[in-house]
Amino acid sequence: MFSQFNRWQKILIPVISVILGLLVGAIVMLVSGYNPIEGYAALLSGSLGEGFYIGETVRQITPYIFAGLAVAFAFRTGLFNIGVEGQLLVGWVASVWVGLAFDLPKIIHLPMAVLAGAAAGALWAFVPGLLKAKLRVHEVIVTIMMNYIALHLCNYLVRYVISDEQNTTERVPESASLKSPFFETLTEFSTMHYGIFLALAAAIIYFVVLEKTTTGFELRSVGFNQHASEYAGMNVNRNIILSMVISGAFAGLGGAMEGLGTFGYGFIHGAFSGVGFDGIAVALLGGNVASGVILAAALFGILKQGALIMPLESGVPTELVEIVIAIIIFFVASSYIIAYLLQRLKKGAK
Amino acid sequence: MDYVIEMLDIRKEFPGIVANDNITLQLKKGEIHALLGENGAGKSTLMNVLFGLYQPEKGEIKVRGEKVRITSPNVANDLGIGMVHQHFMLVDTFTVTENIVLGMEPKNGINIDLKRAEREVQEISDRYGLKVDPRAKIADISVGMQQRVEILKTLYRGAEILIFDEPTAVLTPQEIKELIQIFRTLIAEGKSIILITHKLKEIIEVCDRVTVIRKGVGIDTLDVEGTTPTQLASLMVGREVTFKTDKTDSNPKHNVLEVTNLNVKDSRGVNAVKDLNLTVRAGEIVGIAGVDGNGQSELIEAITGLRKVTSGKIELNGKNLSSYKTRKITEAGVGHIPQDRHKHGLVLDFPIGDNMVLQTYYHKPYSKYSMLNNKEINKQAKKLIQEFDVRTPSEHTPARALSGGNQQKAIIGREVDRDPDLLIAAQPTRGLDVGAIEFIHKRLIEQRDNGKAVLLVSFELEEIINVSDRIAVIYDGSIIEIVDPKTTTEQELGLLMAGSKNKAGETENV
Repeated sequence: MFSQFNRWQKILIPVISVILGLLVGAIVMLVSGYNPIEGYAALLSGSLGEGFYIGETVRQITPYIFAGLAVAFAFRTGLFNIGVEGQLLVGWVASVWVGLAFDLPKIIHLPMAVLAGAAAGALWAFVPGLLKAKLRVHEVIVTIMMNYIALHLCNYLVRYVISDEQNTTERVPESASLKSPFFETLTEFSTMHYGIFLALAAAIIYFVVLEKTTTGFELRSVGFNQHASEYAGMNVNRNIILSMVISGAFAGLGGAMEGLGTFGYGFIHGAFSGVGFDGIAVALLGGNVASGVILAAALFGILKQGALIMPLESGVPTELVEIVIAIIIFFVASSYIIAYLLQRLKKGAK
Repeated sequence: MDYVIEMLDIRKEFPGIVANDNITLQLKKGEIHALLGENGAGKSTLMNVLFGLYQPEKGEIKVRGEKVRITSPNVANDLGIGMVHQHFMLVDTFTVTENIVLGMEPKNGINIDLKRAEREVQEISDRYGLKVDPRAKIADISVGMQQRVEILKTLYRGAEILIFDEPTAVLTPQEIKELIQIFRTLIAEGKSIILITHKLKEIIEVCDRVTVIRKGVGIDTLDVEGTTPTQLASLMVGREVTFKTDKTDSNPKHNVLEVTNLNVKDSRGVNAVKDLNLTVRAGEIVGIAGVDGNGQSELIEAITGLRKVTSGKIELNGKNLSSYKTRKITEAGVGHIPQDRHKHGLVLDFPIGDNMVLQTYYHKPYSKYSMLNNKEINKQAKKLIQEFDVRTPSEHTPARALSGGNQQKAIIGREVDRDPDLLIAAQPTRGLDVGAIEFIHKRLIEQRDNGKAVLLVSFELEEIINVSDRIAVIYDGSIIEIVDPKTTTEQELGLLMAGSKNKAGETENV
């Protein structure tokens, strides 16, 4: 995304975007008659102020990291995966299904359930990858449509296959659960679970695969320039599919975190969870690098979690946080403007 | 003295470099003035200053004696300055007329008065002998014709001073001749022309005066009459340059590449290569001469596995490659300097170092157990950067940031270093300056002297004649003649390239 900017700009642009977003948010609060300092104080204390809130925030960050990595991985390899939401949902249901269907010792059962989530997400992303590689169908269209298929398919599975015509499935047994009694006690019984470690591990894997392996070299090369990659003897179509599959696996893992950790069961979704779509924003803000995605996911987690408490403590409506997030995204997306201003400033200083 | 344009002591800085250091350029009315310099010497910067795209830090610009500030291309247009860019700025799906009037359409109420526009375009076209059909779609006309549309565009906007940025780079020899004729008509009609180029022959042929710049500094302005290409070249490069590429007679050995009865279809499914036969032996350079679009690209793509072979055989050292994938062909010993270095040759957003291992990254020592070894990759990159004189701040610099000549040197370094038995060079010196061309020709000949087979495709006859040991003339998808560069002339080649041999009914196909 920011390849045309230099290193310090790459870091500075998202940071400035965030600051600008918060500032504009403050102005909006002022205009609507709220005290922005109180508002932001409430937001902070609601996300990081107490053990419980910290736990909830970390729990919220976990799927954001996965969704962000999923979008970023596809993006770095030249694809736009809008289907993270759907891949996340199938990952969720698949992990819960495996969690409920088997009775195994935890050391086998939990990894199996987690991997089932990854596999389901990968499979869901394989379809648009295949269509793109073989028929040049644009992945954006296919992934968007696959989101709806995923939503309704998962709802069907939850109601008729995994449960007995219920709105939710049963809880996954302890042997397939990511729940952490240790974290729960530590954070005054929040829903924080072990998933955050998997998320951080995933970020490391993301970095290693993309930057350090020959596969990542090929994927990035194909993402930047298919013609040169073909000239260099790389299999462009295989790499397109592989990229989507890995991206989908990250998304599916994010779903498994919800299914095996946060909730511990699957349920009928009336609408999309939104995590997958927020993943696009996380990846964009994080500059599509692993460390950036973690930081951006943390910011989103804090904002989202704090937004729940803000109306209670300061009267500022939750929607305002949505506005702040939207403004941040706006500034990141219009990074050219910020880069331009930075250059102006630099010139002026000289 | 009657100058239409004076650029006095222009200085333009970019972060870290001075692109133009007090350059002065004065254009007389009715002259063709060449702006000569190597790639990256600052020619384009200077012209962009004149065209209002950049603001100079210092210096002044006078148009017809009056001091002006050109703050945008619109101001330049109003002052009668028009630019014909190297990369055309035309809308493919629009007609010639629609492209020309774009942005200043004659109105008839709220409708565009296309009839009037077409008439006006036709008038200008006739007046300058441009022979453009106002109703043709851009996508349907040749590159040379598109260039004339660009010229018409500037004339339609009332340009008195025309800037041409490397106008001949994309043209065939015939089209170049026609362009030169157009230049003369323009001058006769009272226009003045600035010609940005690094082709010395063109300057000698059409220009009145020439301003040479080197590394951002104005070296000299001199009358073209009485100068020689050698003199201009050394002014431009800053040292003595030899044009005749030194080489001994070739000493060809066994057949390395043997193409028999090859047929290849182009992207539209039309036969582009037809029953083509060609042999390249170890220790010789075979040059393919031909007008663009006679099957050269398809032939190369077929040999390198980028395009499917319909029928026929491509043998490398006796092994049939025609069904192999690109990677297997590369590994079998084929090096390829692609025609379009930006599209095929480089991943521009990758560091130049990574580009150096674009086909070998999966081999030891650049990777082990699928893990890249950046230390080895950078070591290799450093080695090639040094060996092939690639001027780059470091091996981590994105390929995009390098000048065309240095990008090409990087590609050549990469291909030559793989030590292929057959090296295919497609237009290896396109858009490069004398210094880089000399370097590249030397490297190709060096490969030959090391007993490798070299296949050279170029639209520059001079290059073909200078470098090749044998010349194969391609016309309409077949090799119609093999000639000896020592005895042939550009005239003979030009005729053959136009297919005259076929027309004469001689069927002496090789």
